[in-house]
Amino acid sequence: MSSEMSSELREMAESVFGDAWDSSTDAFDAKLWESVEQTGLARLTLPEEAGGSGGTMSDAAAVLIAAGQFAARVPLVETDLLAAWLLHAAGIEVPSGPLSATVAGNLTIQPAAGGAGADVSGTLRRVPWGRAVSAVAVLAGEQVLLVETAGAGVEEGTNLAEEPRDDLVLNELTVRHVAAVPSVAVVEFPLRAALGRALLLAGAARGAVAMAVKYATERVQFGRPIAKLQAIQQTLALAGAEVAAAAAATEAAAREVDKHGFAEASFAIAAAKARAGEAAGQVARITHQVHGAIGFTREHDLRLVTTRLWAWRDEDGSEAYWNDRVGARVLEVGAEGLWPLLTGTP
Amino acid sequence: MTDTMATLPDLVPPPVELPERVAALRSEVRAFLAEERAAGAWRPRADTWLSGWDERFTKELARRGWLGMTIPTEYGGHGRGALDRYVVTEELLAAGAPVAAHWVADRQIGPSLMRFGTEEQRQRFLPGIAAGEVYFGIGMSEPDSGSDLASVRSKADRVDGGWELTGTKVWTSGAHHAHAFFALVRTSPKDDTNRHAGLSQLIVDLKAPGVTIRPIPLLTGAHHFNEVVFDKVFIPDSMVLGEIGQGWHQVTSELAFERSGPERYLSTFPLLVALLGEVSAQELDAGRRRDLGGLVSRYWTLRRMSLAIAGALEAGKAPELAAAVVKDLGTRFENEVIDAARLLVSIPPDPAGEQGGFARLLADAVLHAPGFTLRGGTNEILRGIVARGLGLR
Repeated sequence: MSSEMSSELREMAESVFGDAWDSSTDAFDAKLWESVEQTGLARLTLPEEAGGSGGTMSDAAAVLIAAGQFAARVPLVETDLLAAWLLHAAGIEVPSGPLSATVAGNLTIQPAAGGAGADVSGTLRRVPWGRAVSAVAVLAGEQVLLVETAGAGVEEGTNLAEEPRDDLVLNELTVRHVAAVPSVAVVEFPLRAALGRALLLAGAARGAVAMAVKYATERVQFGRPIAKLQAIQQTLALAGAEVAAAAAATEAAAREVDKHGFAEASFAIAAAKARAGEAAGQVARITHQVHGAIGFTREHDLRLVTTRLWAWRDEDGSEAYWNDRVGARVLEVGAEGLWPLLTGTP
Repeated sequence: MTDTMATLPDLVPPPVELPERVAALRSEVRAFLAEERAAGAWRPRADTWLSGWDERFTKELARRGWLGMTIPTEYGGHGRGALDRYVVTEELLAAGAPVAAHWVADRQIGPSLMRFGTEEQRQRFLPGIAAGEVYFGIGMSEPDSGSDLASVRSKADRVDGGWELTGTKVWTSGAHHAHAFFALVRTSPKDDTNRHAGLSQLIVDLKAPGVTIRPIPLLTGAHHFNEVVFDKVFIPDSMVLGEIGQGWHQVTSELAFERSGPERYLSTFPLLVALLGEVSAQELDAGRRRDLGGLVSRYWTLRRMSLAIAGALEAGKAPELAAAVVKDLGTRFENEVIDAARLLVSIPPDPAGEQGGFARLLADAVLHAPGFTLRGGTNEILRGIVARGLGLR
């Protein structure tokens, strides 16, 4: 997709998610989901022949950054980047509606008594939006199961942003669709999850700084807007730079995926998730400091983005996890290999 | 959208991909650098674009067509894009190669001459810059004018056929070797209602009568900085850059080139390379491996930001705001690399250590570090620019 089309896509996404901004609830936004289905954003990167829009990861980057910026209460990463991709890769028809996806290592899977499919027991832990989706794509070893949530027990939980992270309890649940996936999918799943989360982080960081800038120009102390104080200008400039870094890293990682595929882009994705996570902490700290006490309450909307920054930086691998991966890779390539690694040119 | 919703301008241009054509160029530069290193021509240094003055090396680069790359061929340049130049400069900096002699001329003087110079000035200087034979300094700061650049007091009075220049410039890197610099001077009295008016840029021959150059040793004791004193120096009309009275506008445009390059995050990269030579996978525990990874994640991110700026330059834009963002992040990071590196291994800095070795690189990096966040605009000034870009002022 050309950069012009990407910028149109971004405008559309910002308008769709911006219109849905609502701090009165933390629940799944069914109306917004209808909009993303209608506009083709819900299955943006799924190939057209599988019912998707056939977009690139760079397209998804534009959409996910906007979703993060406006704290969209819909499982876009889970539906498009994870579940739809995984099911399609396994040759399972992608169901309609919002989906989730998870990796499970502790399930008991036995051939179904009735023939096709399997009987599955065990617990799927902290499934994003578990209570709100009709089905979950589960990667168990090199098998993919399409688990319909209607037959599962739901133990509700949330992350710091009060987004659903529910345990789904399966008790000899019959799963009709079971299929093998190529082993590359096992490598790819966490990379997709991390890049999706990193893009959302980059968006939430952008949203938080946008709010802090607006607040600073409106809040009057000492007889003038606090934006006129150099101390505020300096600290928000630091936050602005963090937003720019998170966007640059995550968008660049998306481009690497478009060029080389997920497995080849693993270094870029690791660096991008780590850098976006680092930006998240800085941005949340600075934007709260600028907002003062009101930002520290439920009366103000800043929390919608800052709680997401705190939640998402730890989901799908924290800075510690991904920087460790980067560090290991650097030690592997050594002094001579560092610059070629950074430039992606051996 | 509710009334608390707000949007934020993009501070950095969208990511760019390097065009296919530069892959071969990169290989050539790497092969040349490997050859030089194998021959022992120089050892990697930190902050090499300030400290590594090596005219032989500069001429070798010129011979290969790697200076004046964006200057049109009719002026002795190579008519290539900003991204071609970017690839060459990042390879040289990452290797810690001695690039100081041509740095200022190649980075900002060439582009400024193309933008504001007369035909005569272009003919006179550009071929020499591209040949690696003409070196320039920067004549902006003065004893009483640092961050407040518009307060410069060096002044040029109108005389027959030109201008008579009196005043003092300071912190002029390489003035004792360079042929000339662009001096920002006052050509009409200060107007308190418009501080930026009445400034002009003059091309000053540093060997001209009335110019006195005195060393100002750095913390290391090395001689890179100079004080340049003008005592009634005659500047012919033909050496006025651009228009009289337009100096502020011209200098601002020059700063987009001065601030935007990969030298604003790579000054201490050779230190990290040397560090990797000192450690093996076994020696680094998980915590330190993570710290090392953190540095590299940030290097990777800064490079993508820096590349985005080069992409904007190639598209003919002057990305001043983006340059301020990346220079602030990048130069703070150059300092963080030093702190992290000294804690990753237990090798104390040694100013007399072997050139190119970790202890020597660390010593030079520590003593050069204060300059990273000062030169070309302090980080506080840069953040002021970013704050304006955000709509705060």
